[in-house]
Amino acid sequence: MSGTNGAYVRIDEDLKTFKVSRRAFVDPAVTDAEYREIFDKCWLYLGHESELDQPNDFLTRTVARRNILFARQADGEFRAYLNTCPHRGASVCRERSGSAKSFQCMYHGWVFGNDGRLKHLPGEDSYGENFRESGGGDLTPVPKLDNCAGFWFVCFDPDGPSLDDYLGAAMPYIELLSLHSKHGMEIVGGTQEYAIRSNWKLLTENSVDGYHAESTHATYLDYLMNVSGGLIKQPLVGRAFDLGNGHAVLEYKAPWGRTIAQWIPMWGEEVKAQLEDVKAELVERLGPDKADRIAHYNRNLLIFPNLIVNDIMAITVRTYYPDAPDFMNVNAWALAPRREVDWARQYRLYNFLEFLGPGGFATPDDVEAMEKCQMGYRNLKEARWNDISKGIGKAEPSFDDEAQMRAFWTEWQSRISRADGFGLAA
Amino acid sequence: MTFRLTRDEAEEFVFAEAEFLDDWDLEAWLDLFADDAVYNVPSTDLDKSAKAADNLFYIADDRTRLEERVTRLKKKTAHAEFPRSKTRHLVSNVRIRKIDDESATVTAAFATFRSKDGVTDTYIGSTRYKLVRPNGALKIAEKWCFLDMEGLRPQGRISILL
Repeated sequence: MSGTNGAYVRIDEDLKTFKVSRRAFVDPAVTDAEYREIFDKCWLYLGHESELDQPNDFLTRTVARRNILFARQADGEFRAYLNTCPHRGASVCRERSGSAKSFQCMYHGWVFGNDGRLKHLPGEDSYGENFRESGGGDLTPVPKLDNCAGFWFVCFDPDGPSLDDYLGAAMPYIELLSLHSKHGMEIVGGTQEYAIRSNWKLLTENSVDGYHAESTHATYLDYLMNVSGGLIKQPLVGRAFDLGNGHAVLEYKAPWGRTIAQWIPMWGEEVKAQLEDVKAELVERLGPDKADRIAHYNRNLLIFPNLIVNDIMAITVRTYYPDAPDFMNVNAWALAPRREVDWARQYRLYNFLEFLGPGGFATPDDVEAMEKCQMGYRNLKEARWNDISKGIGKAEPSFDDEAQMRAFWTEWQSRISRADGFGLAA
Repeated sequence: MTFRLTRDEAEEFVFAEAEFLDDWDLEAWLDLFADDAVYNVPSTDLDKSAKAADNLFYIADDRTRLEERVTRLKKKTAHAEFPRSKTRHLVSNVRIRKIDDESATVTAAFATFRSKDGVTDTYIGSTRYKLVRPNGALKIAEKWCFLDMEGLRPQGRISILL
């Protein structure tokens, strides 16, 4: 066999095959190594700026097993802390979200400002003179916090790269998402929180898989055809791009409606005229090329290792972490233009639920596929390898090839091989 | 004229509905819904007053999509439910909350069990029905399922009808 042979990824240049060891999906030691070498070192999605719309807004969220308190100070600055009291460790904020200038630990009553400073502690006179002023009782901030076009990320490696360097060629795609409206973008109320009994990397693959739709989502496509005027005559056609650092994107045209701004007959003539106005505004503000991409192209964007932003029949933002090799927790949100007119918001969410999420006509079948893959890996001893070869060697891989997954696995292999004992053959 | 509904009738109606679902008699189940019915399952972090028009739900079906949901579930290519799971819908605490001229609001508590592939998942919540009588027979104009859970963990999907 010629080609690159990593422990978990094997490329054979002669046979044009790209194989991934199924051990990567079942071994608890791999999951541990992933936390050490990937989740503890990469930039990870925390939240969207719109979720903390006003000064003093806050939310709590789990990121890479850590409890994070994401808050805006009175001056509007975004801050993120490890949600644990410096005294004995209790969560200082036990609410999902809200507005607060300070947080009081329920255990011994220490009070912290949303700037992270310890403001008050009962019995302060029993402590050393400068206990509070010295800062030793302040909340611990996350090592690194930054944003790209309103998407906030954290990095738990103080020596890691800047967010800009990390995102690299993926940045313009995140920026494009922020340009759908001159008013900016917002997360719509309501979070889809669910779990999948499979390895988390199966969801990374599935979220950027243009190959599975016809088979996995046959009933969704049937549905669109059944509903009168649910589709236009636009074949699925487009490209996959390796964006470096493990990031990748599919960009393609599709027959479904987009409230920004691809009309389908079901929406009627009045909406058609309004969507033409939406398109005209995009052209005027951004020029014809960007406007065309926003209006008529879908993008499935993977930010390594576990942020998916799929701008398809609606926009979903999705992130997920393994609890175990065969179990992940998923959080998914809907992103939409701010001040979107009522009908557009309504059609957008109708589109979203039609396909996406645990009650949609498509996602449950994705979940089924991933869980059945995981069951298949019980046969690991005899059936050892996954195949990710589709489109290998093509200069311009199609959206339904697997170049985007090879981009992910190449980065994954490179990072995981730095873990002790993981440089050897699987 | 005030809408007429007794507790017995309300209970019999929602118990029969549960049985249709557990028997996978989805056509009979769909027949219980009025022509302009809606079926909603909000996300678990939303208030009960949240509307599907501007909030992300798990399910927000109008009559058309509800029919399509049933059509889909009858196909072998509805992979999440092929082969079909076994379910049991337990319905309790049935109460008539409000009676208007043309409709009644009925609430109930539910625990639904879904078993497949060696795993039994439980869905817990309350249901709010708006019942009408378009041509005499009792029909569902609205069915809301409010999950008393912090998310769909570990269930992962609402591939069945709640």
